[in-house]
This record gives sequence, C-alpha cells and structure tokens, in this order.
Amino acid sequence: MAVVRLRGQLRGLAGGLPEHAVEAGNVREALRALERAQPAVSGWILDERGLIRRHVNVFVNGERGTEETPVGPDDRLEVLPAISGG
Amino acid sequence: MTELLVGTRKGLFVLEGEPGAEFEATARAFPGEPVEYALRDPRTGLLLASVTSAFYGPKIWRADDPAGEWQAAEGVALPGDGERALERIWAIVPGEADGVLYAGGDPGVLFESRDGGASWELNRALWEHPTRPSWQPGAGGLCLHSIVPWPGDPWRLALGLSAVGVWLTDDGGETWRHGNRGLVARYLPEDAREAELTLCVHSLERAPRRPERMFMQFHGGVYRSDDAGETWTEIGAGLPSDFGFPLALDPADPDSAYVIPLSGDGDRVTPGGRVRVYETRDAGATWIARGDGLPQRDAYLTVLRQAFAARGEGPALELYFGATSGDVFGSGDAGATWFGAATRLPPVLSVRAA
Repeated sequence: MAVVRLRGQLRGLAGGLPEHAVEAGNVREALRALERAQPAVSGWILDERGLIRRHVNVFVNGERGTEETPVGPDDRLEVLPAISGG
Repeated sequence: MTELLVGTRKGLFVLEGEPGAEFEATARAFPGEPVEYALRDPRTGLLLASVTSAFYGPKIWRADDPAGEWQAAEGVALPGDGERALERIWAIVPGEADGVLYAGGDPGVLFESRDGGASWELNRALWEHPTRPSWQPGAGGLCLHSIVPWPGDPWRLALGLSAVGVWLTDDGGETWRHGNRGLVARYLPEDAREAELTLCVHSLERAPRRPERMFMQFHGGVYRSDDAGETWTEIGAGLPSDFGFPLALDPADPDSAYVIPLSGDGDRVTPGGRVRVYETRDAGATWIARGDGLPQRDAYLTVLRQAFAARGEGPALELYFGATSGDVFGSGDAGATWFGAATRLPPVLSVRAA
C-alpha cells in the first residue's frame, strides 16, 4: 500500500499519526482514501471539487504531484503547506 | 464586563474590560490564521469563528471557551460538482428561530444552521438563482457580508452582497428578490448604472425597534430605507466622505446610525489623518462628528466592514471599532467620548462585543 505522510496541523487532525497506508491508483484516490479513514481531514487537502488546495503541495516520492499523478503500492506521498502567505 | 471578540489576520483575540480603560487580552485562538469573524451567540453562549487558513481553506469553528477546544462545523462547503470552491466566510449571524444561524461567504453564498452552528446547509435558492452567472465580485471577492434578520419574524431576511446589491426574502430563503431601487453606482458610467447586478453594498443594518428601517454604507453613498429594503434614499450629505465600510446603530433609536468615513475609493484611510465616527440621530438629515479621544493627527486608519460593533443601547451604548493598524477604540457613552481599548494587535478584520 502507498503511504501518505502528514505533518503539523494535518497530522493532528488525522489522529496524531504521521503515516497512513492507503490503496489508490492516483493522488486524488489516495487523499480520498485518507479522508475515508480520517474524516476530520475532509476538506483540508482537497477542496469540495476534489482539487488540491492552491497552497497545499503533494509530493510523490519527492516530486510535486497533481490530482492525477499515478500512485503505486510502494509510493510515498507527503502533504505540505506551500511556502506562501504573509 | 464587556467581552470583545477581535478577529485579526493572525488569530482571534478575546479582550475584556470596562469602557473607559484599556482592555486585557484574556485569550488568543487560531494563532497565525486569519479570523474573519467571531461572535458569541447570545442565546447559547457558544463562540463561533470563521477562519480562512491560507492553506487549508475556510472553516467555521465552535467552542464554549476561547482558550479551550474548538470543533470544526460540518457542511461548510459548496456542492462538489460546481466550478467554484468556497473562498471565505464573511459573517455569522444568529437567526430568529431557535438554534438557527446564518453564515455568508464568498462566492456570494448563504449557509443556514439549525443546530446552533454544528452543521450547515447551503441555501440552494440563492446558489441556483438564475441571475448568478452575471454576478460580479467586488475587490474583496464575491462576498455575502451582511445578513439582517427581522426581529420576531424568522421568514424575513435581508442580505447585502458585494457587488450584487441587496436581496430580500419573505419565505425563509425559499425565494429571493432584489431590493435596490434608489441605489446609484457612481463608480459606473452613467449609462451603465441601470444594471442591478453591479451594486457594491459595503454593509447593511436594521433598526430593531422599527424593522422596516434599514441603513446602508454603500461603495460611495450612505443610504436609508423605510420600506424594509425595497427602496433607498441617499443620506450622505454632511459627511466628509460618503465612502466607508462599517455601520452601527443604537438599537434604542431607529433614527440613529454611526459611520466611519474613509477618504474615498482610491484612498481608503481616515480623511486628513483624523479618526472620527459620524453619528446621526435624525435618520441621516444631519451628521455629528465624534472624535473626542480618537487620534486627530497623522492617523491614517482603515476600518474594515466587520470591524465596528455595538453593545447595549441608549446613552450607555458601547461602540467599538478596530483598524488594520491593530488599534481598537471604544466608547461607553454612545460615541460622545472614546478610549483606546487595545493597540499593536495584528490587522483587525472584525470586532464583535458581548
């Protein structure tokens, strides 16, 4: 199974766990699977349209991904707030 | 003891004190996050806050104690099959029916809660209004910022949207109609002013003892309605500028209104470096400058639309406003004299008093 790694506020919402194993074929499916397992995360990473929020980055094995980026069973996803804001 | 809930760009600050002296910051919540609006529901004592994370989107939170655990409300989102995501919640207002609250947001949406704010449902009639494809945002977005219940009648509601004017319902939000007659969009060419969907309302209030009377701060213009928002009469003559954002009323006096003029559209600061609140007690026929105790030189403040609050009524009416400078000012005598309630906060987005 792929692993989704969370930090900071997101980790707190997801039961305090830093890693979550998910079955998914792409990034959107992985994040939806995370939401099903950890409902408090719903609406935080993906918006209501199923798009990654503008100032959130999702990396797949260290490369920035999109909703459609393929995800395999050995892949590692990291969800991070973007370097933005004031 | 007066409690001020001050929403800032960097968190919610709870200030407590008595009118006349600086307030004490007794709690801070959501550090680092923009808190657009926060209130204490007078019916339940519950706190509600609208927080727009730069990263994780807009949420409504609830708590008994501002320093305690906050719970995220459910349902604060647009339908997933649409083109837009919810951008921000601008206002949260208790309704007339038990447990009912309303929330207004960007893009021009109204949510209703029937359980004290734990869960919310989008008002479909406004969301699916046939004119929506023509709605235009103001500089702050397509914001539904003013929600004005009718005391004692849960079926009647008025809304103010920037820049889509006034909307009225008499059936609890099943149907909506415009209430824009008399408003003049001076920021448009003369031959374009008939368009009813480019009306930039900045704030809207209702006189509770005479509910058919409403006051409005417009994007250039201060208005009064005596027929529940159907038609509007300009009452800005006598003000140094009729541009501004917030508006407050004395609930005891239907002829009263307070505005905080800014220089104008292109220079949104207090005119001449003087901070003054203007009061009318004759429904806008005349205005009196109220600046005793407020900075009167080199003070170029911007006061945003949700950053002016009233508490109580009559001669003991308390008024509070915050500026993007991080200053909060108050009056305990209906605006006659003012004091500094707080300084050096982050830029103030909203002030509510309980």
